[in-house]
Amino acid sequence: MRPLTFRKLFFQCLILALILFFVVIAALKFGAVPVSLYALGRDLLRVVLRQSSQISSDYGLIIQNIRFPRILLAIIVGASLSVAGTSFQALLRNPLADPYVLGVSSGAAVGAILGLMAEPLLTLPPALGAVLTPLCAFFGAAITITAVYFLGRRQGQIESNTLLLGGVIVTSFLSSIIVFLMRIVNTSNTRGMVFWLMGDLSTSFQKSVFWFLAAGFFVAGGVIYATANDLNILLSGEKEAMHLGVDVRRVRLAVYVAASLLTGLAVSVSGAVGFVGLIVPHIMRFIFGSDHRTLLPTAALGGAIAMVIADTLARIVVAPNELPVGAVTAVVGAPLFIYLLRRRLA
Amino acid sequence: MSPGRSSAAPLTPPESARLGTEIRLAVEQVSYAYSANPTQAPLFTLEATSFQARPGEIVAILGPNASGKSTLMQLIAGVLSPLSGRILLNGFAIHSLSPRTRAQRIAMVQQESRLLFPARVWEFVMQGRHAHGRSLRFESHTDMQIVQDALLHVSATHLSDRLMDQISGGEKQRVILARALAQQPLLLLLDEPTLHLDIAAQVGLLDALRRLSARYRYTVIVVTHELNLAAEYADQVLLMQSGRCLRVGPPAAIYQRELLEQVFQIPLRVEMRGHGRPRVTILEDS
Repeated sequence: MRPLTFRKLFFQCLILALILFFVVIAALKFGAVPVSLYALGRDLLRVVLRQSSQISSDYGLIIQNIRFPRILLAIIVGASLSVAGTSFQALLRNPLADPYVLGVSSGAAVGAILGLMAEPLLTLPPALGAVLTPLCAFFGAAITITAVYFLGRRQGQIESNTLLLGGVIVTSFLSSIIVFLMRIVNTSNTRGMVFWLMGDLSTSFQKSVFWFLAAGFFVAGGVIYATANDLNILLSGEKEAMHLGVDVRRVRLAVYVAASLLTGLAVSVSGAVGFVGLIVPHIMRFIFGSDHRTLLPTAALGGAIAMVIADTLARIVVAPNELPVGAVTAVVGAPLFIYLLRRRLA
Repeated sequence: MSPGRSSAAPLTPPESARLGTEIRLAVEQVSYAYSANPTQAPLFTLEATSFQARPGEIVAILGPNASGKSTLMQLIAGVLSPLSGRILLNGFAIHSLSPRTRAQRIAMVQQESRLLFPARVWEFVMQGRHAHGRSLRFESHTDMQIVQDALLHVSATHLSDRLMDQISGGEKQRVILARALAQQPLLLLLDEPTLHLDIAAQVGLLDALRRLSARYRYTVIVVTHELNLAAEYADQVLLMQSGRCLRVGPPAAIYQRELLEQVFQIPLRVEMRGHGRPRVTILEDS
């Protein structure tokens, strides 16, 4: 009997944070334009010493204005999707649940596109205009998870295969809506079809959006983390959880809303990146166990690491061209999905 | 639960000393109806049922399939709310308690459901402490002690670091009981706890239950199909048939040949044994 202590949790997170740090350094170094570690270190030191004005080289500009913001975005998107996936897996009692597989990401994408289409038509104050798209993506995600939840229910019980099939069908339905919307609108302000269907981190990026995403991540992640013990008990079934003192309805509502918010925020800036929310929680569960007090923070850090690596690969594999990041995550994620599915059926 | 004491020591005290005089559980004219949709007649009902149980008392609910045993159990657990009547635990209506408060007072032992991801035995038992702490927290020393004691009481200390899906059915049932003990409840509900257990494991489980209810004055309600185990261990028996509670009373008063034959639809013989507990034998030529 070795119970979880704060100390243990802290060290586990610290190790992952260090790995994330090195991955970020590597991601800054690699790319179409190679940058030496020396130049990176020198520029980093200048930023730390508040001498940013001295960074004038082209390399510095690439690092500061292109690669670094994109890495920050990858961190937030990866962490959000991974935490959302962990939450869906616990609530639906299905190890194969993930925002992308369940169609929640596609729902968020449809919401986001509708938001982008509506924005010029409405005369909104600029502050509200900036958050309209993420907000619509959140509603799209929330509506989709509700629909998939009811599709997957049979006689009051969630049936995992029906749920997954429901997710596949919903995804394909929503994908065609995305294609339809892309065809009827002027694509200049709504990004491309590949962006929404596959996910891409290469789009331009505003600082205010990043802070909004980060705030959303910490609020929604905090809500989910507050229910970590409840989620642990929910793994053995809703009825048992009720007998053990979990307010199942309240926890379910709070976590669904928070996980939809995480998905909506991530999708509104990166499109529907798949499989991060599936693979990362499984790897973390394999390493650290299935206790959500550990799993949620480690999955967040692991999701960030995975996303930064995937996006770096997307940038360098066919350099100077780029792949959408979703293509990279799907190449790794889909085979793993098949493996998990086979193992569960065995 | 007092830490550190061995579970093997006390024998069952005399009846009068064992059962208190106060009423812990009062089921008053409780009924329940279930219908698939509001326009249809109710599919199944539990007609007005009443009984009372004291601290330290073991009550067995007996009856054939679909007699309303499980419905009554769900009502007592507070998962269902009664259509009429009320169920009081120490004077509080059970279904109006919050899930947390309810879990501090009532523990339910059911057939185990499949775990989504493997858990260690001690982690599983630790779930019983959930209702006693804040929602997000780390296990305290007291929690660990209570879990160790609970495992000791069901003789499962050696299993504590094993995985739940790597222990036998009988061991699993004892671990589930340990989790219920870790809740430190007033009321312990068991839904067919001896199902799938061999004879020795059944007797072992019920012995443990009797010893624990005597020591910690749990009121125990157990739904079972085992007439002889109920006769041996229960202080009170509720006999149910198609949604009605036919009789409530001590086994010696309830176990009458005609009555049992009518309820269970099988010829049988009832003998009274030396210590005042009846024994039922199913007759061969049925």
